[in-house]
Amino acid sequence: MTTLLELSEVEARYGPIKALHGVSLTVADGEIVALLGANGAGKTTTLRAVSGTVRHTGEIAFEGKQIARGKPDAVARAGIAHVPEGRGLFTQLSVWENLRMGAYVRGERRTLRAEAPRVFKYFPWLERRRDQQAGTLSGGEQQMLALARALVGRPRLLMLDEPSLGLAPTVVQEIFRIVTELNEEDGLTVLVVEQNANVALDAAARAYVLEVGRVAIEGRSAELRRHEGVRKSYLGY
Amino acid sequence: MALPLAFTWTEFAQQVTSGLAAGSIYASLALALVLIYQTTNVVNFAQGEMATFTTYVAWTMMHHGLSYWPAFALTLLIAFGGGVTVERVLIRPVEHRPEIVIVILTIGLFIAINGLVGWIFGPEVKAFDSPFPNTSIVVGGVSTSVQDIGTFGVCLGTVVVLWLFFRLTTLGLAMRAVAFNPDASRLMGVRVGWMLALGWGFAAVLGAIAGMMAAPTVFLDPDMMLVILIYAFAAAVLGGIDSPVGAVVGGLLIGVVLNVLGAYVNFVGQELRLPTALAVLLLVLVIRPSGLFGRVVVRRV
Repeated sequence: MTTLLELSEVEARYGPIKALHGVSLTVADGEIVALLGANGAGKTTTLRAVSGTVRHTGEIAFEGKQIARGKPDAVARAGIAHVPEGRGLFTQLSVWENLRMGAYVRGERRTLRAEAPRVFKYFPWLERRRDQQAGTLSGGEQQMLALARALVGRPRLLMLDEPSLGLAPTVVQEIFRIVTELNEEDGLTVLVVEQNANVALDAAARAYVLEVGRVAIEGRSAELRRHEGVRKSYLGY
Repeated sequence: MALPLAFTWTEFAQQVTSGLAAGSIYASLALALVLIYQTTNVVNFAQGEMATFTTYVAWTMMHHGLSYWPAFALTLLIAFGGGVTVERVLIRPVEHRPEIVIVILTIGLFIAINGLVGWIFGPEVKAFDSPFPNTSIVVGGVSTSVQDIGTFGVCLGTVVVLWLFFRLTTLGLAMRAVAFNPDASRLMGVRVGWMLALGWGFAAVLGAIAGMMAAPTVFLDPDMMLVILIYAFAAAVLGGIDSPVGAVVGGLLIGVVLNVLGAYVNFVGQELRLPTALAVLLLVLVIRPSGLFGRVVVRRV
């Protein structure tokens, strides 16, 4: 498998506070990789460094090329879709307009024509409620719309930040089922940040555990499940 | 003081129609203010002066022999370029500074353009051609000047075109998305800075239309848009400063109300139209700060 995304010794800070102290990780083409860790470990910041919403030092290579620093729009056009914390929906726009924005990155009309049917296959209810204002959807529906919007742009890499946050277990399972299916059927590459280590390790082939801005443990999901520290701290048994 | 007219329904209808024509000018300028407010989060105090400048540009072209509509179209292009340039050159460097910095900048721009117009074109009042014949159409006893109908048509036509642009085109959608959530828009691959510049360009175009439609009746002078800008402020605030629909409805309402009050209420007359508009502004701010169509924004500080 070829490496799609590679971070080496990435550091990032918010003003005087350093959030990443040299994170190195790789995501191979067609892989689901989970990023685990406690609150404040730097999971979200790692995604933000990749998408350019926080400035970084160190190297981030995507498809072998250095990524544009601090230019989220350029990173998006390079083929990375970031579903951020809080989902970043356009709550005043309709479901359909949100999807149109997802297609913007590749040229709205043509992309939407080609990709909307594929996305509606995974989220049939979106088609029925395309004129509803996004802000009036339930939390789970909003998360699915955010996911669908990212998929419409046919990203090379999908980054999800805590898709399970605040959602009911059945909804979380539904979201991870769809992500897994997309990975198996379309070869979608995913980097997912999760507090819910159990569900993330089920979907992911490999995982990294961050502790205070560094990678503390890494390995295949099955190995991490057996790792005592991971079990005690993140899996709860 | 002008004596109030005896009330007849035809006279009233006449006052309303000419109020609508004036109101459509206020609506255009108010919409320009809203466009910039939505994206840059400030009221552009220089909006009126930018309009004045472009109206002088139109005058200059016509003065040199260009006929009205080509001059009109060229002026809109120049206004668009000017608006984009102002955003890129002046606003962009202070984009991330506190809003008060940008507000002060637009006030500075207001003074600068006002001075520049006086310096280039001179302070004397100039006549400005109207593209519409100086005749009236009578429908059911109500006589409406073609000038009023034309003004209303051009202003509202522009608003409709702009509305369709925002609804139907990719670029229009992206501009709306940026107004609602610039951070999320960046993640969608939108070049947010350029969308802001486009917003300023469109606002300048609306201003230019307002200026060119107002100039035949208010005449061309460096301060011609001053009062109109205040009416536009009142309109934007009445409609809700973040609502494009509100700006248009507010502009038409202000136009009609001022005209009707001016004609029928003894103490309002022509001279007190401006204080009346300011009273509307004040009343809305006190009673319903979010305006007729605005969203209530609660800020956590």
